[in-house]
Amino acid sequence: MDPIKTPARLILVSSSPHIHCGSTVSAAMRDVLLALVPVILSAVWFFRLDAITVILACCLSAVFFEALCQKVMGCAITVKDGSALLTGLLLALCLPPGLSPVLAVFGSFCAIVIGKQVFGGLGNNIFNPAHIGRAILLASMPQQMTTWLPPVHSFIDNITNAVGSINSVTSATKAAHALNTAVNATTSATKAGIDGVSSATPLAMLRMSESLWQKGQSAADQLPNLWQLVLGNIPGSLGETCVPAILLGGLFLIWRGHVDWRIPFYYLLTVFLITGIYGYFRGYSPLFPLYHLFGGGLMIGAFFMATDWVTSPLTKRGRIIYAIGLGILTALIRLRGGYVEGVCYSILIMNMLTPLIDRYIRNTPFGGRAQKNG
Amino acid sequence: MFSRKATFKGGTHIPAEKNLTNSLPIIRMEAPEFVYLPLAMHIGAPARPVVAAGEKVKLGQLVAAAQGFVSSNIHASVSGMVTRIEKRYLPNGSLSDCIVIKNDGLDTMAEEITPGKNHGEIKAETIRQLLLDKGIVGMGGASFPTHVKYAPQKDGSTIDTVIINGIECEPFITADHRILLEEAENVISGLKYFLLASSAKKGIIAIEDNKPDAIEHLTRLTRDEPNISVVVCKEKYPQGSEKHLIYAVTGRTVPDKGLPSAVGVIVDNATTAMQTALAVEKDLPCYERVLTVSGDAVNKPGNYLVRIGSLYGDVVEKAAGGITGDIGKILCGGPMMGFAVGSLQYSVIKGTTGLLLFSQNSPLAHFLAEETCVRCGRCLEVCPMFLEPTVIAKAVKRRKWMDAAASDIASCIECGCCSYNCPSHIPLVQYIRMGKQFIMTGGSGGCNPLFKN
Ligand code: SF4
Ligand code: SF4
Repeated sequence: MDPIKTPARLILVSSSPHIHCGSTVSAAMRDVLLALVPVILSAVWFFRLDAITVILACCLSAVFFEALCQKVMGCAITVKDGSALLTGLLLALCLPPGLSPVLAVFGSFCAIVIGKQVFGGLGNNIFNPAHIGRAILLASMPQQMTTWLPPVHSFIDNITNAVGSINSVTSATKAAHALNTAVNATTSATKAGIDGVSSATPLAMLRMSESLWQKGQSAADQLPNLWQLVLGNIPGSLGETCVPAILLGGLFLIWRGHVDWRIPFYYLLTVFLITGIYGYFRGYSPLFPLYHLFGGGLMIGAFFMATDWVTSPLTKRGRIIYAIGLGILTALIRLRGGYVEGVCYSILIMNMLTPLIDRYIRNTPFGGRAQKNG
Repeated sequence: MFSRKATFKGGTHIPAEKNLTNSLPIIRMEAPEFVYLPLAMHIGAPARPVVAAGEKVKLGQLVAAAQGFVSSNIHASVSGMVTRIEKRYLPNGSLSDCIVIKNDGLDTMAEEITPGKNHGEIKAETIRQLLLDKGIVGMGGASFPTHVKYAPQKDGSTIDTVIINGIECEPFITADHRILLEEAENVISGLKYFLLASSAKKGIIAIEDNKPDAIEHLTRLTRDEPNISVVVCKEKYPQGSEKHLIYAVTGRTVPDKGLPSAVGVIVDNATTAMQTALAVEKDLPCYERVLTVSGDAVNKPGNYLVRIGSLYGDVVEKAAGGITGDIGKILCGGPMMGFAVGSLQYSVIKGTTGLLLFSQNSPLAHFLAEETCVRCGRCLEVCPMFLEPTVIAKAVKRRKWMDAAASDIASCIECGCCSYNCPSHIPLVQYIRMGKQFIMTGGSGGCNPLFKN
């Protein structure tokens, strides 16, 4: 008998279900990357080359480190699924513009190698890798990490000027600079030598000017006006400034079903309520909670970082608890803590609590849990 | 016309793919040369054969009798001679004795079957007895003996509603749809007999909104029936699951691990109702059923009335015009809950709703490799039982049977929504089935070498 040349085509016998909706992890990653496009564009718009270098350095090195790790560990190289690219991008978006590429690459290394691969890669990491990268950078290079370049902003300035909205922008920016130089002289001085201008983020200014708030509206004049804050024409991390861009991407992800609306909703709500109540009792302007909502990394944190699949709880109730926990921690750190920005650390802390939440917040099966013995 | 469409929480939308066969009328298939009647074709104890090899049997003659309460009678589906009783596999992988009958081609009806026999006044007991005698089982796939459901309730609870399940939420399958269209009168009278047998007040025929023709037809026919109504359910998988149908239609929640009778409801499949009408009015036992043959690897997809015990090969050959192209997957039942089998050497049983054949090029014939869980939570979101499939699957993978049990693995209805939606292609249902088997064997793990506790 002749040997069989082409192997016979086999009949697949497998467990049900025999059909699949066609979704894949890489398709979901692609959607998240797509959702980040407006944020990237806004970052490039506001910070130009300073944004591009950081984003490129982070993304490329993240992909490289992931491939390298997987090669060294001898497992399949899965950079094609886009998760490393996404981690790199998210890291870049929470770094200050103009950060030295060397530091950006170091951040990527921390994110991918320490934050993700040592735990066993995608799906097994406990912490949000991008935030691990940022936290390590912040702890080791506090000065570089809190040096904020003001955006290249003429366009929006002109619009707001023309519309003649609440505050005169130029005076606000000037006042902000003045305040910044006054209270943060050291940073300014070091940075001024290199880049010319540097600036404080609205959150930092908010923190420093808290005593002024009590005296009434006048303190708010020293902050960028709310429109500037929402549109993102303020100093800050690359991706955190432009609220409409973040909202656009976030809502897209919610619509596509990749993100549970509960996490951003309850997170933002909690921060808003706590800062609102705090502000109310201290007699601050009613704008106080809005500055907290739109300033700093809260928006991008709520829509893109806290909602990371791997590090957030599974059940709906668990996610609500997680989001409220995030809100409380962020508000506490921002109002009473040593840092002006609390999003990164509160996400890392709640990531730690996620397994615990998953363990104790369980779903009840349809029809209720039958009586169990003991 | 319909203000509210009944539905349930969880579940998923699946392309129905029914266009291949939903407009094709039911065609009766010519009886095959041999039929193989598995004695364990229903849930419960296998039937006990009452014929021996070499014996002559007639069409509809009792060949195996119910053994115990939860069991069912089996009747010859052709006239001819019993050649042997042999062991054969069922699609679900279990082994069963089968009575093999060689067809003499005459279809001589058994003497005891007298169509138009006068039962006198039809009472609840008459119907119960007929359900048992005529071997009626749930024909929507589960094959649970119907007479058991209508026996007086053990806990003394009363039944107030009987629901006829005309949902048919599995893709590709259209047998019930055709029955609702072509045998509507029988389905309705079957429902009336069910109402009589259970002394329930209200009869409901539930149909999914993707079958507007059936909804219209049944609504018209039941217009003058005060206690029978048609309820339209939203198209969503698994609407046909008993518990979810009851919830959607009546708003009642069957307790976890409880029976529908606990909330005063009995659910029966449309085909079962039709078969019951035939049993009561024509004195016919259950020896044939309608099944959908579909998929891209058959020449003539369609809905065929097939003798119970016909081999799949005969069905494909005689009714569906044979196979076309390279065959890649054979499914007994629907793509969500049906069994994949490796050959066409299996017989049609009372619960076979469909036979699907797919070519090598069909996505159904492609194996999706498992990746790691990214904890996206899709499986939790779609689970109609509100379980945590990924948690259960992980417990099973780590052989933590107690953890799996604590995660309510036993409540899983194996509907497949979780695996269908998992972006990492994790065969969650397979892990869950495996876990159930370990737990069912009392913790001994059976002979599975993976067991460790
Ligand atoms: S759907 Fe799949 S990847 Fe998502 S949580 Fe469930 S098992 Fe994990
Ligand atoms: S766990 Fe069971 S009941 Fe839930 S979706 Fe998966 S198969 Fe269906």
